[in-house]
Amino acid sequence: MNNGALITAENLVKQYPIGGRKFTALNDVNLTVQKGEFLGLVGPSGSGKTTLLNIIGALDYPTSGSAIVIGTDTKELSHRESARLRNEHLGFIFQTYNLLPVYTVFENVEFPLLLLGMDTEDRKKAVMGILDRVGLADRAASRPSQLSGGESQRVAVARAMVKKPKVVLADEPTANLDAENSHNVLQMMAKLNEEFQSTFIFATHDEKVIGYLRRKITLNDGRVAEDIETTPQYN
Amino acid sequence: MTRFLLKGLIRDHHRSLFPVIIVTAGVMTSILGYCFMHGIIDDMVRSNAKLDTGHVKVMTRAYGDISRQLPNDLAILNVGDLIGDLEGDYPHMEWTARIKFGGLIDLPDEHGETRSQGPSFGIALDLLGPNSRERDRLGLKKALVRGHLPQAPGEILISEEFANRLGADMGDLATLVSSTAHGGMAVQNFTIVGSVRFGIAPMDRNAIIANLSDVQYALDMEDSAGEVLGFFPNLIYDDKIAKKTARDFNSKIHQPEDEFSPVMLTLREQGGLGEYLDTVNSRVAIILFGFFFVMSLVLWNAGLMSGIRRYGEMGVRLAIGESKGHVYRSLLGESILIGTVGSILGTAIGLGFSYYLQEVGLDISSMTKGSNMLMANIMRAKITPASYYIGFLPGLLATLVGSAISGIRIFKRQTAQLFKELEV
Repeated sequence: MNNGALITAENLVKQYPIGGRKFTALNDVNLTVQKGEFLGLVGPSGSGKTTLLNIIGALDYPTSGSAIVIGTDTKELSHRESARLRNEHLGFIFQTYNLLPVYTVFENVEFPLLLLGMDTEDRKKAVMGILDRVGLADRAASRPSQLSGGESQRVAVARAMVKKPKVVLADEPTANLDAENSHNVLQMMAKLNEEFQSTFIFATHDEKVIGYLRRKITLNDGRVAEDIETTPQYN
Repeated sequence: MTRFLLKGLIRDHHRSLFPVIIVTAGVMTSILGYCFMHGIIDDMVRSNAKLDTGHVKVMTRAYGDISRQLPNDLAILNVGDLIGDLEGDYPHMEWTARIKFGGLIDLPDEHGETRSQGPSFGIALDLLGPNSRERDRLGLKKALVRGHLPQAPGEILISEEFANRLGADMGDLATLVSSTAHGGMAVQNFTIVGSVRFGIAPMDRNAIIANLSDVQYALDMEDSAGEVLGFFPNLIYDDKIAKKTARDFNSKIHQPEDEFSPVMLTLREQGGLGEYLDTVNSRVAIILFGFFFVMSLVLWNAGLMSGIRRYGEMGVRLAIGESKGHVYRSLLGESILIGTVGSILGTAIGLGFSYYLQEVGLDISSMTKGSNMLMANIMRAKITPASYYIGFLPGLLATLVGSAISGIRIFKRQTAQLFKELEV
């Protein structure tokens, strides 16, 4: 284990039963992630990117090996403890934004803070602050259906970042966006990464995303095929 | 947090409005059905009690065996003594003698020749006794259409429909042609002083209502009556007390080997009324249970559909850090709220319709014209204390159980599976 690492995966194996056989999604994965990294899990479909992201996010358990996230072995966590870990330290960004359609932009971003039990005034301040950072303060009262794809993903980023999480997990965040919106969202995430020192982990095969990464971990058939430092092409 | 979830519930009509409509409709229909059936049964019991069976009835066994033929030759003798004994032994009931009889009513013209005539069914009861409650029991004042109630011997009431058919006016003379208890011919003149309408087809068709002593005289039945009826003073039938009274009377007085010995029957023991009421009650219970069962299925299905539709939302909430238990409890909380609101609305609307049907009723006179059942022409609902809660618990439970079962599927699902479904 690397001392001071935010995330450590050791001999991580994940198998799924499929039709009486076992499909190995992750096979002996070892990696460490430090605070403030901006890294990507890249690889073709079925390479294990999302599975690894789920295990890091305490949404799934490894079959063997361990995933230590912020000092906690996720395998040892109960459902309630996993939820607390996600609530306090992790932020999620999804491919399809997954904003709650019946709530306004403000309420969508406010939701993680409600779970944290933050008081009303602090909540309002935090929500409006992050909406301002993503350039959507004037859309606080809008419903998700009234937003464009780019705006929706910016709200999703605001929702993930409003509690200033230690780790942000983003699964194909630009898959539903055009090039211009992809760059806008990625630039915004890179900026927030620098400001908040939150660690960003992407699961992606989008070259635009890869162009922003400072570290690229390539997965192939559930194994780490390559783990390299990269120089971002975009700023 | 509660406020946040409440906002979502109110804004999402699929989660709030539609389930509330289902629960409201279900509870409303259940209450209406319950009140309506209760009203019909209650009305049937009351009509039968006041016009035919009493709450208990004493007659000779021989009379009871063929009572539909109005066999006054098999009537109880020394009825005054019997009533005295009954009043002494069973003071918790009011006792009164009645005679049911058939005959021809003949209306003469000014020359004494027949102007019109028709077969009639008569009830003789104590109309003139100072302490008699028979007028109130039969609701004669309310039923009066023309004229006035008998105030002197020899005065009778006639059903309005019969009066119209005969062309009878108030004050007209009417001759009853019948047979005495001894098989002789009975001819007796009466004065028609009033016409009545009970809203019960067999009574309204051709009934006459006469004073007991007049008919006793006409039919040679002095100190004799076909039936002695016992009523609870509040006119509400209590099967337990009625049974106890009848059992006690029969054990003391009735002699099985003597067919002229008086026997007491409760309301439920007469004319298969008990079996009929039990059947109706069980059918109502089955219908209501079936209705609630179907409502539960619909709500369960609605819960499942809503759950499936909300997998994405559940996944996001879990990913953001809400625990499974909290998500599940919030689902149950929503269902309790929906069930409560739906049940309150359904109860209110159901009671509203029931009240309307209780006051105005449903006119079925066109269907009961030829009926011999002592059943009101206007079917009415009846609101009872149970009406206020009978639909409430099932409405609430159906919603809660539906959500609980459908919610378990989400609760048991692997978090990662829910998360994966976010991308669908």
